[in-house]
Amino acid sequence: MNDADFKFFTTFLKERSGIALEASKQYLIDTRMAPILKEKKIADLAALVVALKGGDKVLCEMVVEAMTTNETSFFRDVSPFDAFRNEILPRVIERKERERKIQIWSAASSSGQEPYSLAILMREHFPQLAGWGVNILATDLSKEMVQKTTNGEYSQLEVNRGLPAPLLAKYFHRKGVRWQVNDDVRKLLTCRTLNLLENWVGIPTADVVFIRNVLIYFEPDVKKAILGKIRKVLRPGGYLFLGGAESTLNLDSHYKRLDIARSGCFQLEEA
Amino acid sequence: MKAITVDDSKTIRAIVKRTLKGLGFEVEEAEDGLVALEKIKQAWPIDLAVVDWNMPNMNGIELVREIRRRPEWSGMRVMMATTESEISQMQLALEAGADEYLMKPFDREALEQKLVLLGLVV
Repeated sequence: MNDADFKFFTTFLKERSGIALEASKQYLIDTRMAPILKEKKIADLAALVVALKGGDKVLCEMVVEAMTTNETSFFRDVSPFDAFRNEILPRVIERKERERKIQIWSAASSSGQEPYSLAILMREHFPQLAGWGVNILATDLSKEMVQKTTNGEYSQLEVNRGLPAPLLAKYFHRKGVRWQVNDDVRKLLTCRTLNLLENWVGIPTADVVFIRNVLIYFEPDVKKAILGKIRKVLRPGGYLFLGGAESTLNLDSHYKRLDIARSGCFQLEEA
Repeated sequence: MKAITVDDSKTIRAIVKRTLKGLGFEVEEAEDGLVALEKIKQAWPIDLAVVDWNMPNMNGIELVREIRRRPEWSGMRVMMATTESEISQMQLALEAGADEYLMKPFDREALEQKLVLLGLVV
């Protein structure tokens, strides 16, 4: 890809998704565009850039989706889920004792492993929530990922990753060669598309928000804007989980990091 | 840390061995359950056994049961690594005393993540 095409591509991607692609990540364009070139019978990246400039809407969406979708796994990074189970959820349950409703938001849910890990964890370790209104909102920029999350179907390779075998045996069933999350867990999720850079409509007030390994892709002003918008949907005193290398430091002073080992957990100040 | 890979396929043993060695394990090999019992005795203490299901002489489930029959080996984590992928088989292995279950084919990352679940890798 020549310099002019690379510049167009990065500007295009930044406008559509907010993601700033560094020059060192050019290989990502090669690897992630290859399937699209093949499917759409486009000769090379130069021809792809020409097609994007022509404004092909479907192609533009495909490119943004391919560039923004990340590898993930069930219970990824372990520590945030330990913190959620041992510290955060017990506090939320205590606080919501009267209301008996808990709203969680997985704000960049990719193919759904994070929201399903949370749902399984709640089913497995918090039987007292059986009569509660528990909902996990799973949103992602990609329609394809949201559809996948809605279906709750995973390949063997995907369920092999990070999911303890006893939980796989208990909360999934075989569907041909694939594995599907059981209905009683799937019904805890509400799945929809959401572009974090656009206006957020219909996002319910949440007790806990997971937005891990997302902010690292954005420029500081975009990070600030997103953290500010999360404040509006997170209830006062609510909890925010960021990725291990992410922080609210110098971006938003309303969140305070909690001292829970490697959890990336922050608490929003009380009103 | 020491591990043993128990599989009648030399190729699978090599793959598991390479991954585990890369993580700092010392790795023993056995081609069936009977050989594995002997090797575990000789090389004890062993932290992890990665065990195939279908093997001649003594299969993986029988091996897991034999291991769990010996209280002195209770500290060893046992993970099945097999092409068997029915839920009933997984449950059988867990009931026999396996701590984890990895379905073949698997990649290096999947194996590593299982070791994290077993508390052997941080």
